Amino acid sequence: MPRPEIIKWLRTQFFPHMWCPGCGHGIILHALLRALTDLEKKPEETVIASGIGCSSRMPGYINACTVHSTHGRSLAFATGIKLAKPELTVIDVMGDGDCSAIGGNHFIHACRRNIDITAIVMNNNIYGMTGGQASPTTPEGARATTAPYGVIDPSFDLCKLAEGAGATFVARSVVSNPKQCEKYIVDGIKHKGFSVVEIISTCHTQFGRRNKFRSPIDNINRVKDLSVSQAKAKDMTPEELKGKYVTGLFVNVEAPEYTDQYFSLVDKVKGE
Amino acid sequence: MSKKIFVSGDEAVAEAVRLAKPHVISAYPITPQTVAVERISDFVEDGTLKAEYLHVESEHSAMSAAMGAAAVGARTFTATSSQGLLYMSEVLPYVSGARFPIVMMNANRTLATPWALLSDHRDSLSQLDSGWIQVYCEDAQETLDMILQAYRISEDPRVMAPMMVNLDGFVLTHTYEMVELPAQAEVDAFLPAYTTINRMDLDDPKTVCYAAMNDYMEFHMKQELDMRKVPSVIEEVDRLYGDKFGRYYDGMVEQYLCDDAEVVLVTLGSVTGTARVVVDAMRKEGHKVGLVKLRYMRPFPREEILDIASRVRAIGVLDKDISVGYEGIVFTNVNSTVADLETSPGRINFIGGLGGRNISKENTRGMFNELLELARGEKKEKIQFVNARCEYHG
Ligand SMILES: Cc1ncc(C[n+]2csc(CCOP(=O)(O)OP(=O)(O)O)c2C)c(N)n1
Ligand code: SF4
Repeated sequence: MPRPEIIKWLRTQFFPHMWCPGCGHGIILHALLRALTDLEKKPEETVIASGIGCSSRMPGYINACTVHSTHGRSLAFATGIKLAKPELTVIDVMGDGDCSAIGGNHFIHACRRNIDITAIVMNNNIYGMTGGQASPTTPEGARATTAPYGVIDPSFDLCKLAEGAGATFVARSVVSNPKQCEKYIVDGIKHKGFSVVEIISTCHTQFGRRNKFRSPIDNINRVKDLSVSQAKAKDMTPEELKGKYVTGLFVNVEAPEYTDQYFSLVDKVKGE
Repeated sequence: MSKKIFVSGDEAVAEAVRLAKPHVISAYPITPQTVAVERISDFVEDGTLKAEYLHVESEHSAMSAAMGAAAVGARTFTATSSQGLLYMSEVLPYVSGARFPIVMMNANRTLATPWALLSDHRDSLSQLDSGWIQVYCEDAQETLDMILQAYRISEDPRVMAPMMVNLDGFVLTHTYEMVELPAQAEVDAFLPAYTTINRMDLDDPKTVCYAAMNDYMEFHMKQELDMRKVPSVIEEVDRLYGDKFGRYYDGMVEQYLCDDAEVVLVTLGSVTGTARVVVDAMRKEGHKVGLVKLRYMRPFPREEILDIASRVRAIGVLDKDISVGYEGIVFTNVNSTVADLETSPGRINFIGGLGGRNISKENTRGMFNELLELARGEKKEKIQFVNARCEYHG
């Protein structure tokens, strides 16, 4: 049972939630709320944006300033919000489809700009909401409704993508390690700049069922078994790392933040 | 031999696509279109449909990829719904302007915000001006038949225009009915292999989508003049299809008990089924009511609507959409046609079904009663909301 100060962050009037019982996204919701509580954030100063997907239903249940935007575009909404009111804490929650398929363009550009937004990518390796079609992160060989004999497209490593595009904080955790999820969310929010926290989530309904992992627990065990810490991964060969989820903090660097740069440019142009 | 199968509307679409043998399918999933594209990808993977299936990353890419394939002379298919159709919209006039006969299924679903899943016609009607032929289906059988007809119509050298086959989300996409599945050999005879000169060709290099600048105007005049001839092709294909498969749909418009009707209701899509039942019941009670099933929105059945309007005392138009700030989009189209008459019948625009709100038999009977009273000279509000939960008068 969540602590009372966490329950305060929930819009319990919208319960029961729409997620399947045992969906990994709930673990991420709880980790995010613990992070917000740890950081003593106030709902009226916290914005949570999302696109469309099971993951993106999350802000609807959070008692803060929330927006459920169009599929793939939540980072564009979040960027507008942050630029208009840089003092707000802006968090963006996305699914893997939202982030890396239809919204891939916004994702790389938000990384490039280093705007102070924390992007939480809830990667369950599938399009959950629309019924289990392959996403750009569905592992090769895994089955999906649009790939009944297994996916042949190579999948994205979202952390590498974020790093390559210029994000200044990049970390990955798995739902089987909720404490680590919470820590990376806390650190990501504290970091000034664009933070990407990828959390490997589970979808037993649409991914697991088609890939011999039927129950929620099977799926949580799957991601647990496939996760490897960064330290351990160092000594493993690329073959050994194939299909594994390497967890850890990959990037944490200081760089000029976009809204700071923007407003100092405005001051300069105005001659102040 | 044809056979009977028990399928949903989405599955009927997939079966039709399999029979039509497109070379390339590209699609991005969106509820309630998903089952159709999943079935098609099953067919491609198990080899029953020899085609390339492109798993693209958005609807914009889906339509762009279909256009690329069409540009080298491939028969193509794509499918979408709602927000997905809007996201494609930039590419729709590209395709129609380039005269590529892409066939697309659109599962009619409302638009955000607020978010909703169920069916109305706001998505497709917002794209009326995109240069695509638009047909609306009443049931799964008609949808299957129209996918097959769509290829025949749009690939006709006199037409060369893309076609959007609309079916109501959930009401048709997700409900099951018995559907007659034509035999492959008969479909092959009805739908010959696609050949066109409008394609990129290594032996005769040319460019597509070039910048027309000074010829732009004439380009679109030609497109419009060709589109005016499309109704006769539609009628022709409807007859041909009926002769072959036994199902005729009356081309542009189906008139149900309109011959001696005093008042008629114009409908689009699956709600026509409800209206038929109501017309039957009211006829038994002696009311001279009729039903106009508008099958095509583009090209618009001007002739047929004029003919009907010249015979009746009142026309009701049921719009499952609204052009906020004016009236229902179908109503505007019917009205501008009726304006050509010297004396026009009374007209009421019924706005209903937004976001999937039910339109019941009672609601439909209510609409006919309003029309009968209008025909008797009573004053009626011109735009009426059907089955709304709040007051809306002035
Ligand atoms: C423009 C547009 N295209 C398609 C959709 C349909 N759609 C809704 S959610 C979704 C994918 C969701 O997958 P993901 O982002 O991975 O989130 P999950 O549901 O798995 O949490 C899709 C394709 C949409 N809403 N809008
Ligand atoms: S479909 Fe998958 S992602 Fe969506 S709520 Fe169910 S388990 Fe979660």
